[in-house]
Amino acid sequence: MSDTLAPAAPARTRSPWRSRLSRWDLKGSPYAFISPFFILFAIFGAFPLLYTFWVSLHAWPLLGEHTFTGLDNYQKLLSDEQFWNAAKNTFGIFVVSTVPQYALALWLAVTLNRKIRARTLFRIGVVIPNVTSVAAVTLIFGMIFAKGFGLANWMLSWFGVASIDWTAHTWSSWLAISMMVDWRWTGYNALIFLAAMQAIPSDLYEAAAIDGASRTRQFWSVTLPLLRPTILFTTITSIIGGVQLFTEPLLFAPGAGAIQGGTLRQFQTLTMYLIENGFTRFEFGYAGAVAWMIFLLVLVISLINILIVRRISGAD
Amino acid sequence: MTAVATEPATEPTPKKPLRRKVAESNNQLFRASPLNYLVLVITFFLSVFPLYWMLVMASRTNDEIVQIPPVFTPGGHLGEHVQTLFDNPDVMFAKALMNSFIVAGTITAFVVIFSGLAGFAFAKLRFRGSNALISIVVLTMMVPVQLGTVPLYMMMDWFGIQGTLPTVILPYLASGFGVFLMRQYASQAVPDELIEAARVDGASTIRIFWSVVLPALRPAAAILGLFTFMTYWNDFLWPYVALSPEHPTVQVALSRLSSGYYTDQSLVMAGTLMATLPLLAVIVLFGRQLISGIMDGAVKS
Repeated sequence: MSDTLAPAAPARTRSPWRSRLSRWDLKGSPYAFISPFFILFAIFGAFPLLYTFWVSLHAWPLLGEHTFTGLDNYQKLLSDEQFWNAAKNTFGIFVVSTVPQYALALWLAVTLNRKIRARTLFRIGVVIPNVTSVAAVTLIFGMIFAKGFGLANWMLSWFGVASIDWTAHTWSSWLAISMMVDWRWTGYNALIFLAAMQAIPSDLYEAAAIDGASRTRQFWSVTLPLLRPTILFTTITSIIGGVQLFTEPLLFAPGAGAIQGGTLRQFQTLTMYLIENGFTRFEFGYAGAVAWMIFLLVLVISLINILIVRRISGAD
Repeated sequence: MTAVATEPATEPTPKKPLRRKVAESNNQLFRASPLNYLVLVITFFLSVFPLYWMLVMASRTNDEIVQIPPVFTPGGHLGEHVQTLFDNPDVMFAKALMNSFIVAGTITAFVVIFSGLAGFAFAKLRFRGSNALISIVVLTMMVPVQLGTVPLYMMMDWFGIQGTLPTVILPYLASGFGVFLMRQYASQAVPDELIEAARVDGASTIRIFWSVVLPALRPAAAILGLFTFMTYWNDFLWPYVALSPEHPTVQVALSRLSSGYYTDQSLVMAGTLMATLPLLAVIVLFGRQLISGIMDGAVKS
């Protein structure tokens, strides 16, 4: 019994073994605590990324020999029309979706920032699309944009517009995919903007009101400039997400050859091209090169973002 | 400046006394106009309509779906379609649902624990290299898992688990976002004195984590858990590439449902409904936390 009571007394009576143990504990446990993250990331994040580069330097079919070919894959990629077509589609869809999305999200954020009844209900309504799965959303929108019986064509027929085959043309497929993207993300971005708006000190608005600025004027001269870092941040997040756009275009026209994004590849994105090379043609080397090009793109965009945000916050 | 000075004369005179106008100009105090409500109601309608439309199509026969003009009310065939969906041995929908629960649940449990441990260490423990290491954690958020698909695919083959559920669980257990979130929260929510006191009482660091820190981290853990579960319930690309046909998740099963073998539209919609229901339940239960999670994330970044 006296043994078990001993630790209650202060450190002086601790045995040397105990104090050594507690020193280990102090020094070692931080590393023990962070190690699961770093070990898992090393195996499943860093290693695949680097190994992708190694693979990309080879002609690496699923079966058979891998031969080292240096930068051949990259060279081939630069003159690969299908790759540039995918890049064009990816950025085209990004622009078509993002511009209206941000305008709507800002407008919605201003509205949600008013004193409103049933505030939580409206806010929840706005994020419901974001929580829904991409695959489900795409299948539902695929029905809405169906050629024969889809709601979209039915509504257009009120205005005398002839039935559109949405998956058949570049412009219509980009538009339909952009709508799916916007449906999922507009509300989410509105909430992000709303949070940033609520962080703006109210005395700025008081000062503006004393100077006689109208609400509209206050929005343009106070709200928007102070929102700029947030807008930039969300833009970069959207670009990174946009580069990875995959599910919407893939499931938009399901069936054989879906990975090509339409008969003329009119809506094949970069990630689809990566998967096509890797898992349809099983050209792992070439797919690796595509992966690295996408990664470099993400990296460059992220660095630009960091520089811009730093400059803006540094200027304040 | 001179232009501004002359401006107020041409502005319409304020209808209300200036003092009231100043009080109202606080951005939070603007009262919503009927027009604002109209915008909100339309937005709400547009947000919910596709999901309602899914219900309509899932409960109508294929002949009814292709009718022009369309029918806007749910029909009576929902139960029958759900039955067909679950009965079809090729679709394995029940198994897919179960798999999705296993995958998303396992990832969530590990991400919360690992992120909590690392977040606590970064926020409250002093150790050499912690600044450099937390920068690495932030940088890892920029690495999209998708881009490692080719080597991940090979690795799973080396491990001998290709096509099985661990293939889509393992790559997601390290969450840089989770570590960062937990660090931010722990540095504010756990007082240093509490940790010191526990240490004086002779508690080991892991004991301190378990009985002092983890209870304090509960709100952040709930948010992280919520988002992690939804993300991996909805995850598509990697499961689509990596899972073999006999181990589908719900999203993969959905894509197979609509990919030619079954062009039965009402069946596809019954499937999307089943895949979406758990998430709708989550929203109903945790809507508030969800909103605050999204909005907090915005301010902290």
